[in-house]
Amino acid sequence: MDEQVLQTVIIGLSNGLIYALVALGYTLVYGILQLINFAHGEVFMLGSMIALTLLMALGVTPGMDIVTTIVLIVVVLLITMTISAILNVSIERVAYRPLRNAPKLAPLISAIGMSFILQNVGLLWKGPTSLGFLDIIPNTNVLTTIFGLDTVVAVSYKQLFVAAVTIPLLIVLSWFVSKTRQGKAMRATAQDPDTAGLMGIDVNRTIAITFVIAGALAGAAGLVQILYNNTTVWSLGFRFGLNAFTSAVLGGIGNLQGAVLGGIVLGLINAFSDRYLAAQWTNAIVFGVLIAVLVFRPSGLLGQQAADRA
Amino acid sequence: MALLELEDVHTYYGAIHALRGVSLKVEEGEIVTLIGSNGAGKSTTLRTISGLLRPRQGEIRLRGKRIDGHKPHEIVEMGVSQSPEGRRVFARMNIQENLEMGAFARKDRGGLAAEYDRIYDLFPRLRERRLQNAGTLSGGEQQMLAIGRALMAAPRVLLLDEPSMGLAPILVEQIFDIIRTINERGTTVLLVEQNALMALGIARRGYILQTGEVVLSDSAAKLRTDPAVRKAYLGED
Repeated sequence: MDEQVLQTVIIGLSNGLIYALVALGYTLVYGILQLINFAHGEVFMLGSMIALTLLMALGVTPGMDIVTTIVLIVVVLLITMTISAILNVSIERVAYRPLRNAPKLAPLISAIGMSFILQNVGLLWKGPTSLGFLDIIPNTNVLTTIFGLDTVVAVSYKQLFVAAVTIPLLIVLSWFVSKTRQGKAMRATAQDPDTAGLMGIDVNRTIAITFVIAGALAGAAGLVQILYNNTTVWSLGFRFGLNAFTSAVLGGIGNLQGAVLGGIVLGLINAFSDRYLAAQWTNAIVFGVLIAVLVFRPSGLLGQQAADRA
Repeated sequence: MALLELEDVHTYYGAIHALRGVSLKVEEGEIVTLIGSNGAGKSTTLRTISGLLRPRQGEIRLRGKRIDGHKPHEIVEMGVSQSPEGRRVFARMNIQENLEMGAFARKDRGGLAAEYDRIYDLFPRLRERRLQNAGTLSGGEQQMLAIGRALMAAPRVLLLDEPSMGLAPILVEQIFDIIRTINERGTTVLLVEQNALMALGIARRGYILQTGEVVLSDSAAKLRTDPAVRKAYLGED
């Protein structure tokens, strides 16, 4: 294969995995409440700010020894995931649960309101300008430095890091939803909440757990964003969140595998458009694809029914 | 003391007064049937007992202890489980997982293996297909699964909502035989049915529900011979 194409695929996959993490949050919540949680992108944005703050507080800088760096990144990852999970479940408690029996439009408006509130929290906390962060993880090519391959195609340590965080999370989530008691309760509640209640499943608790998981994934994506793309800003949740939401719809909203597939496809479309067209066309292409999918395959690539929604 | 007792229960759907003071009793070990035409309030009664609807007035008691006002999952934990109208199996989960969900409220995880065996002995067809998604089963098989799933909770009272609905006559016979077996093994049953003849055939007592009110209650034998009942619910002129 042409090396340039291969390189574009690698870039697309790395970004796609981050989209997938955030897209899963949209799709998990949609699956169980049929609600587009517009505030989800903002949880990701605040997650990236929390991660940035923690990295700076712990004094993580480039050139530290590898073991210390890895340990500190894991610590920051766990704390960020925890705080984001608590934030997301609090949003559910405050903004969605009181509206559980209200018409569908009410929680949707509440979600949009929550999104604005959290954007402003980010704005007040970190100010209006983009924040940068240094390359903690080197950008050098693993293929040449470690494997000694003679190639111009580059897989950087940063890209390996993206895969090392996202892929295990995707595997753990998939195991949780398909194999554990609580995961099955989530699927049951997503399919039929009343009947789930008749089984002895605490529906409210199950919904709360879903928000905890979605929030934790958004937090993890926030840290990856800071260490891979090295930047965050209060409006990141809107821009990035829209892409992640598009990924979820592209794959078939409510479908977990669909969200991952949608994220990767979107990442690839982004990368190819950036490389072979022009970056300013990318958004038009992405949303053009979204419209085409909605027109010709409204249930998304995999469809809502293809696999277990959760 | 009755095992399950409803006293002057009023339930509303928004402004619609669906149950207008329903009172009924189910004694330990009985099969009691609740008969009525469409919209009489039969399913509403079961949904109210299970906590999916909250009565605006009246009391529901299990062994004298009030259960109204509790959440559905708490009511299952107290010993009342339901096989809902329309079966409502989890279509995108397999049979085994559906049964597992039925046992969700059980604390004694150790007894579960034996419980699966009991259900699969009762419904051998389910054992053959236990890794098949519930959505791919026939109506009769789904009904068996719905009943089996409700039994997984090891309830004191089993609520069955229209178990014969939409089934071929031979399957209806089979389902009613199974209900009788379940009862003989010690589970009390409150059975909601449109098929009044079959229901009165296996029940000890029956209640006739009309527009949200109990209009008649008697032993099943007497109801079967009551001219008004025969005319209205057994299709005689």
